[in-house]
Amino acid sequence: MAANQDEVFEKVRHVLTDALGVDDDEITKGATLQGDLGAESIDYLDIVFRLEKTFGIKIPKGELFPDDILNNPEFVDKDRVTSAGLERLKAAIPHADFSKFEKSPLVSKMPDLFTVQTIVNYVEGKLVAA
Amino acid sequence: MRWIWIDSFVEFVPRVRASAEKCVTLAEEAMQDQGFGPPVFPPTLMIEGMAQTAGILVGESRGFSENVILAKIRRASFEGYAGPGDRLRYDAVVDSLDDQAAMTSGIVLRNGEPIGRVDLMFSHVNQAARVLDLPDHNFVFTEQFMSLYRSFCKSGSNEGKPVHGG
Repeated sequence: MAANQDEVFEKVRHVLTDALGVDDDEITKGATLQGDLGAESIDYLDIVFRLEKTFGIKIPKGELFPDDILNNPEFVDKDRVTSAGLERLKAAIPHADFSKFEKSPLVSKMPDLFTVQTIVNYVEGKLVAA
Repeated sequence: MRWIWIDSFVEFVPRVRASAEKCVTLAEEAMQDQGFGPPVFPPTLMIEGMAQTAGILVGESRGFSENVILAKIRRASFEGYAGPGDRLRYDAVVDSLDDQAAMTSGIVLRNGEPIGRVDLMFSHVNQAARVLDLPDHNFVFTEQFMSLYRSFCKSGSNEGKPVHGG
C-alpha cells in the first residue's frame, strides 16, 4: 500500500533534518533546499542516499536532481533558460512546480525548483511505481 | 607533527569493512596544555581517525588510483571520552560505494566499549578532473598510510585471507 503524502512528508522532513542540520520546524513544504535550508552541492548526494535508505527506493544519478542542463548551450542562453531548456527541465523533473519559474526562467532561479514538496512528489511517484 | 591518527589495522575486508586501532598516550602533542582537568583525547581527532580508517577502505576499493577526500561529516556523536592509556578502535563499514561518492558508518570504541558514532561521505577526485586545481600526485594516500595498510596485509591477520594490493 502506498504511503499517504503526510507520511511521506514526515519521513522526508526527518531526512532533511539529518542531512542539512536544520530544525524540524524549518522544513515546510514550500521551503527551497538551497535558499531556505542552506543545502550545498555535496548535500544533494547525502539527501539521495538517505532517501534511498529511508524509503527502500533506488534513485538513478540525475533523476531527482538533474545535472545535464546548465552545461548544454541549447538549454541556457547567458543568464536565462531557453524554451528548449525549460522543456527539458519539465521532462527531467516532472515532480517540480514550474508555475513561478516559467514566468522568469533565470538560471539563478533554478535552485528554487527544488523544494521539500518537490522531493515529496518524487518519492510518492517512486513508491507508487514500485 | 605527522597527521596520522591510527596506529594499525586489525581488520580489513575490501569494500566491506575495516577496523583500526589507536593508543592514546600522554606524550602526544594533542594531550598537552589543555588547561583544564585531566587531559582528554579530542573528539575531533577521533573523527579524523575514523576518516582515515574509512578513507583507506574507500580508496582501496579503487586500487588507491584516485584521491579520496572527506566531503561531509554526516553524523558525529559521542557519549564518552578517551584519555591517556586508552585503546581506541574505529570500526568502519561501507554503506554505499559508486563512481560519485562513498558513504560509511562507523563506531568508535574505547577499550572495547562503544563511545561514539561517526558517519562520513567521501568523494573520489579523479586525477583527470582538474576543476579543483588539485596536485597531480596522489596527495591523500601518502607513504604513511600505505605503510599501515601494507603492514596489515603482510601480517596475514585478515582472517587468513589475502588482501589484493598488499
